Amino acid sequence: MTFTAPVLNYSLLSPILILLVGALIGVLVEAFVSKALRPVTQLSITIGTLVLSLAQVWKIRNEHSTTAAMGSVVIDGPAILLQASILIISIISVFLIADTDHFTALAASLPGSDEERHAVQTGNQVTEVYPLTLFAIAGMMLFPISSDLITLFVALEMLSLPLYLMAGLSRRRRLASQEAALKYFLLGAFSSAFFLFGMAYLYGYSGSVNFAGIRESVVGGSGNDVLLLIGIAFVSIGLLFKVGAVPFHTWSPDVYQGAPTPVTGFMAAATKVAAFGAMLRIYYTVFANAQWSWTPLLSAVAIVTMLFGSLVAIAQRDVKRMLAYSSIAHAGFLLAGVIALNKAGLDASIFYLFAYGIATVGAFAIVTLVRDSNGEVTDLNRWKGLGKRSPWVATAFAGFLLAFAGIPLTSGFIGKFSIFSAAYESGAKGVVIAGVLSSAIAAFFYIRVIVLMFFTDPIQDGTTVDIPSGLTRITIIFSIAVTIVLGVFPAPLLTLITNFATFIR
Amino acid sequence: MMTSTSLVYLIALPLAGAAILLLAGRHSDKWGHLLATGLSGSSFLVGLYQLSLMLGRSNGQRPITQKLFEWISVGSFNIDAGLMLDQLSICFVLLITGVGTLIHIYSISYMSHDPDRRRFFAFLNLFIAAMLLLVLGNSYLNLYVGWEGVGLASYLLIGFWNQKPAYATASKKAFVMNRIGDMGLSFAIMIAFATMGTVSFSGVKEAAGHTSTAALTGIGIMLLVAATGKSAQFPLQAWLGDAMAGPTPVSALIHAATMVTAGVYLITRSNFIFDAAPTAQLLVVIVGAITLMFGALIGTAKDDIKKALAASTMSQIGYMILGAGLGPVGYAFAIMHLLTHGFFKAGMFLGAGSVMHGMNDEVNMRKYGALRKFMPITFATFGLGYLAILGVPPFAGFYSKDMIIETAFNSGGSKGVILGCVTLLGAGITAFYMTRVMILTFTGKSRWDDQAHPHESPWLMWLPMAILAIGSVTSGYLLSHGDALVNWLSPLFESHGEHAELLSPVVVSGLALVMVAVGVAIAFLKYSRNEVAAVAPDDVSIFTRVARQDLMQDRFNEAVFMRPGQVLTDVLVKSDEAVIDGAVRGVGRLALGSGSSLRGIQTGFVRSYAALILIGAVVLVAAIWVVTQ
Repeated sequence: MTFTAPVLNYSLLSPILILLVGALIGVLVEAFVSKALRPVTQLSITIGTLVLSLAQVWKIRNEHSTTAAMGSVVIDGPAILLQASILIISIISVFLIADTDHFTALAASLPGSDEERHAVQTGNQVTEVYPLTLFAIAGMMLFPISSDLITLFVALEMLSLPLYLMAGLSRRRRLASQEAALKYFLLGAFSSAFFLFGMAYLYGYSGSVNFAGIRESVVGGSGNDVLLLIGIAFVSIGLLFKVGAVPFHTWSPDVYQGAPTPVTGFMAAATKVAAFGAMLRIYYTVFANAQWSWTPLLSAVAIVTMLFGSLVAIAQRDVKRMLAYSSIAHAGFLLAGVIALNKAGLDASIFYLFAYGIATVGAFAIVTLVRDSNGEVTDLNRWKGLGKRSPWVATAFAGFLLAFAGIPLTSGFIGKFSIFSAAYESGAKGVVIAGVLSSAIAAFFYIRVIVLMFFTDPIQDGTTVDIPSGLTRITIIFSIAVTIVLGVFPAPLLTLITNFATFIR
Repeated sequence: MMTSTSLVYLIALPLAGAAILLLAGRHSDKWGHLLATGLSGSSFLVGLYQLSLMLGRSNGQRPITQKLFEWISVGSFNIDAGLMLDQLSICFVLLITGVGTLIHIYSISYMSHDPDRRRFFAFLNLFIAAMLLLVLGNSYLNLYVGWEGVGLASYLLIGFWNQKPAYATASKKAFVMNRIGDMGLSFAIMIAFATMGTVSFSGVKEAAGHTSTAALTGIGIMLLVAATGKSAQFPLQAWLGDAMAGPTPVSALIHAATMVTAGVYLITRSNFIFDAAPTAQLLVVIVGAITLMFGALIGTAKDDIKKALAASTMSQIGYMILGAGLGPVGYAFAIMHLLTHGFFKAGMFLGAGSVMHGMNDEVNMRKYGALRKFMPITFATFGLGYLAILGVPPFAGFYSKDMIIETAFNSGGSKGVILGCVTLLGAGITAFYMTRVMILTFTGKSRWDDQAHPHESPWLMWLPMAILAIGSVTSGYLLSHGDALVNWLSPLFESHGEHAELLSPVVVSGLALVMVAVGVAIAFLKYSRNEVAAVAPDDVSIFTRVARQDLMQDRFNEAVFMRPGQVLTDVLVKSDEAVIDGAVRGVGRLALGSGSSLRGIQTGFVRSYAALILIGAVVLVAAIWVVTQ
């Protein structure tokens, strides 16, 4: 038996490889660098790696290839756009992660144990969150460019496993954080099983794990449809779990609330880009010809997700839970882009993902600033009168909320408008009506928070707003600038996406 | 259509003012208000210049456009951020910038003791810019941007004195009610886009000819919902009274002269839709008729001078909406009433502000009285506005309101008779409650609080009032002389056949004047002859009590919208938390064979979450099976 050495196009894979190398260096730094130098070293390595990776993405932007890794990954316009989006979102998220105050000093110690106290007292802050973040980003970069089921699954686990850990790293309310991590892990594993099961059926249907091979069978229509349908359903479940669509959303409020806020922001933004990126590729290329089977289903999921997320968010009293339900609603809006199954839908989805991701990181950046002596204050009642305490912070948060609500002159409006018009063009009228209706409902709770911040009296309970650190400040300013610029002058980016985003098969 | 490069300055000037004042912060405290006033005034001058250019062009050449930049381009769909100035929008431009500038001037003095005056002026400028964008946008989408913009500016201004909790509640209510209206507008845009593939005014106008009536009716109804939200029309009228919590110049500018009339603009602008959708048009008339009575009735029982004026605004806009719903014959009269109303109502609001200024911010008319002697200028200007709103010839309202009443009568059949009677009755009630305001405020004996020492306002305040009063006297004659406004606007609307004339103009005017005289007489008998109690009496009829509570509008909203909404969200939250944990757990256990395998790992949540995922999966697979069979 002879093995043929794999032929890899290292240049095209370099954005991911750079991240992995950076992550490994991070692991070594964690082991060998003194505790005083560790945070700054880790931060520089992480940012450096991300920037380098982004530069590499820029360099290969005009390359198109299906053979970069023996047919397992595909590099094309959407791939480049999604990878760039993930990297940009990651960079501003890492700026938030850099504030070590959010992370437990020693994740391996029991909450409240002597070990933990000792670590805090000696200032022995472990910083494994950085390499974990890089590993997760590498997985996210691979996820939307995978072009066979095995790679897709590996990428899914690669992005998920570090996230499970990161969710449990919170410095305060550690038990809740660890509970969130475990929940996320168990449910993630559960959904992965569905995913894997679906893969097996798709293999059984087509005799291939490669997207092109499956697609050929779907187009040919010669296989056993039952296998295909079960395959589509189960793979969809795995993906819908990752994006947090109803009824596979249950993990997200708990995890969003329990995880350290910078991680929540990173997870909410970057994971969505990666998961929807993969989803777009699969539905637009592999399953496109079996549209009859999945469109009604996905439409139903989208409608339920939008309405449910928007309605339940109204009743939330905790800002992180509210943002979690809002992200569920947004998953529904994005599903409309998948359902559209046309070029406009693809363009709009990519725009929406980028715009939403940036605004999400910005919103969570603000959440990290509102604190009392016990850490972050996420109870919305204690956000009353924030506009008087710190008008700029409250104004920025209002800006993000208006973007989530899809009010004109913010990126959210353009995103919603283009995604709904694409879906309408494709005839998915029910989805669009539900979408417009639920964005109207959703506007209530976003605006309720704005009212709370600006039009109610502050209560004197020790809630303060931190002066943002330099890096957090960059994140907030960048996010709000992008949110507004994309609302007023979205045309350049939309044109870029339109010219760039074509899946090669 | 001709293109222009200078339209953008109309908006850019006040927008720059808002930006400078907000960014310069405290540094601009000294000169910020002057800059804002100057920029608003410059925008008015640009408007006048545009008018002169427009007058110089022949009828068909008058509308001009300006493309600003490519805004949204997705797939086959392109939309530019563009402006359009035509005969209709120039009316609004001059009203907004003209009245706006006067109110800027007034506010310099009115807000002089407020430490945040600069911020107030920044918001005022922002409002002017947004309102101009609303009337200058060349598509529904651009209009929508301005629509949301004026909403934002108005919340900022209502909530300006947000130290006081009641004020904050007021801006919240305005927020919510307006959201419903905004939702209507976004639905309308969506339907228009879906059925016509365009959202520009010219495109929709063209496409309206070959679009199904059902779609047009849908768009029309949604536009009407939008109009009811912004213009405080039934059933979304409840917020206007509470919005009076804002500073009085804001009430004059936003809640009397400009923003609340945006609904009238929207309907008039969309004339090509309503003309082709009779059902929607009929609904417009009905909404207008209900609101004009509703507002008038509320106005009779209000003791708060600003709330009485707000109820009157609601009622007068009802007249305009009704006029706009009467089709091609009514549009021009709706706009005419809108313009004259802009003068006299803004003037009266400024008058109310002047009274409050002299009376320690007291708003209860039962604590006024005899102010005529102490505030002669305010009395005179307010009085001219009063004569105008009553429709006494030759004041402004006489021309505009009588036209609407006459058109209503002549709209044919029983509809015409009903509408005519409603508008006539409304005129009578208007006369009653406005006379009541006059008597309670300016005549009789003084019923002031001890600290009150009324005095006339400084010239910076009375000058704008005087100018608006001149408008209240002359604008009606000027606009209707030789059918000036009707002819000016006629190229924009479908021409219409002559209607059968039920009543001649003279008869209508006669009837209207009789109704007004009756209203005035009743008010005199009731309030001038008897002593007015300084505290509102409790032994009043059920009608007064209901009217004092705004005809139960809040209770209605609570029962019809709020409670069911709360129940729905409660149920969903419970189903998300409790039901999933309970019922679903049982099913999940069944499905898993035994729940015990997962028991003990967590508090039960993970298990039930997983069970839900499993159930979802089963449903999904079952559904895919059903769908594809």
